[in-house]
Amino acid sequence: MASNEEILAGLAEIVNEETGLAPESVEMDKSFTDDLDIDSISMMTIVVNAEEKFGVRIPDEEVKNLKTVGDAVTFIAGAQA
Amino acid sequence: MSTPALQQAPLREYTRIYGVGAYRPEVIVTNDDVVQWIDSSDEWIRQRTGIVTRHRAPRDVSVIDMAEAAARDALASAGIDAKQLGAVLVSTVTHPHATPSASAQLADRLGATPAPAYDISAACAGYCYGIAQADALVHAGTAEYVLVVGVEKLSDFIDNSDRTISFLLGDGAGAVIVGPSETAGIGPSVWGSDGSKHESIRMTRSLLDTRDYSLGALATPAPGASEGGAADEAIDGAAADPTAERAALWPTMVQDGPTVFRWAVWEMAKVAQQALDAAGITSEDLAAFIPHQANIRIIDEMVKQLKLPDHVSVARDIVDAGNTSAASIPLAMHRLLEEQPELSGGLALQIGFGAGLVFGAQVVVLP
Repeated sequence: MASNEEILAGLAEIVNEETGLAPESVEMDKSFTDDLDIDSISMMTIVVNAEEKFGVRIPDEEVKNLKTVGDAVTFIAGAQA
Repeated sequence: MSTPALQQAPLREYTRIYGVGAYRPEVIVTNDDVVQWIDSSDEWIRQRTGIVTRHRAPRDVSVIDMAEAAARDALASAGIDAKQLGAVLVSTVTHPHATPSASAQLADRLGATPAPAYDISAACAGYCYGIAQADALVHAGTAEYVLVVGVEKLSDFIDNSDRTISFLLGDGAGAVIVGPSETAGIGPSVWGSDGSKHESIRMTRSLLDTRDYSLGALATPAPGASEGGAADEAIDGAAADPTAERAALWPTMVQDGPTVFRWAVWEMAKVAQQALDAAGITSEDLAAFIPHQANIRIIDEMVKQLKLPDHVSVARDIVDAGNTSAASIPLAMHRLLEEQPELSGGLALQIGFGAGLVFGAQVVVLP
């Protein structure tokens, strides 16, 4: 099971791969859409890659609740527990 | 009493595609046209969909007109006479009559009567469903040559103010002829459905809702109007204002984009791989990849998931044609062969997927 810091670092890597954004700009309080300018299709790619990386399932209906990077970290940590 | 010996149709070992035809309507709708109806920009549309233009048919051009043009082109390209057709299959979800079918009238216009004719309702997988059917009919000895048409006039079922799918959609028709072959030309079809996700791409209402709405309007005529006036006004208003009124009266397409994107890429990449495996080949053996032209980002992500080698030509007709549902694969195939005639005789992986949800894929030898 990964710590929140490890999940954040892993997510930052995935976001960087999909969008080219610097990993250090992916911070807990950043909104995926408003701050990181990630559209719904890129978000889905990030979600699928995160599922694979962290061995969790993130249902479609859950994706809309993941507004910030912190929301995603919390969800993944909970799903791994 | 002895049982008489029953004759069954002789099986044919192999089938292939003989020719491909296309019809692209003349009206071209640009992103600048579209942004008048949705609060968006050319850049936003290109970035999310890859689409720059889409073709749309004028009011007086029907699904059957478009199908006829593509079918004649395919017959000429295959060197087959319409009288040789043993079946006429039309894949469409936009022929505006539940019955009679578009296919029977098409067969008659082409001079193929009395060929059996039926429509296939499998949305964006319709063309691949048609190939699966045609392959089986020829294989089984039920028909010698089969016409498969994918045709859509989606512009009749869009709401210009919708931001989920309407701005992606275009009109058009593509057609092929399937017939017997000396060598293998159509790999096994991998096809299926998942109706549990029927709401993810759908029409906003049924025709019964439209009927009830119209009757409701009839029952309460506008003040001062003669009986029936309100309904007439609403319908006239809908024609004049393609956004608000029309959306209230008429079924139009909507989708849950992110859900469809996830399914289309990660589930359909598995189906595409199964079609390669069933055909006994690998992606190294492909000359072309012709996926349903739904969204360029689905196409690009599928290419990534399938790890297609660089030598494989990938159809990206969507940039100019938009998403034409059942017509998109034969239209894209037609264009690839026009631009790269050396692909003829090579192997192409084709995959359609869409509302239902439904999907179908095959590896075929390009005509």
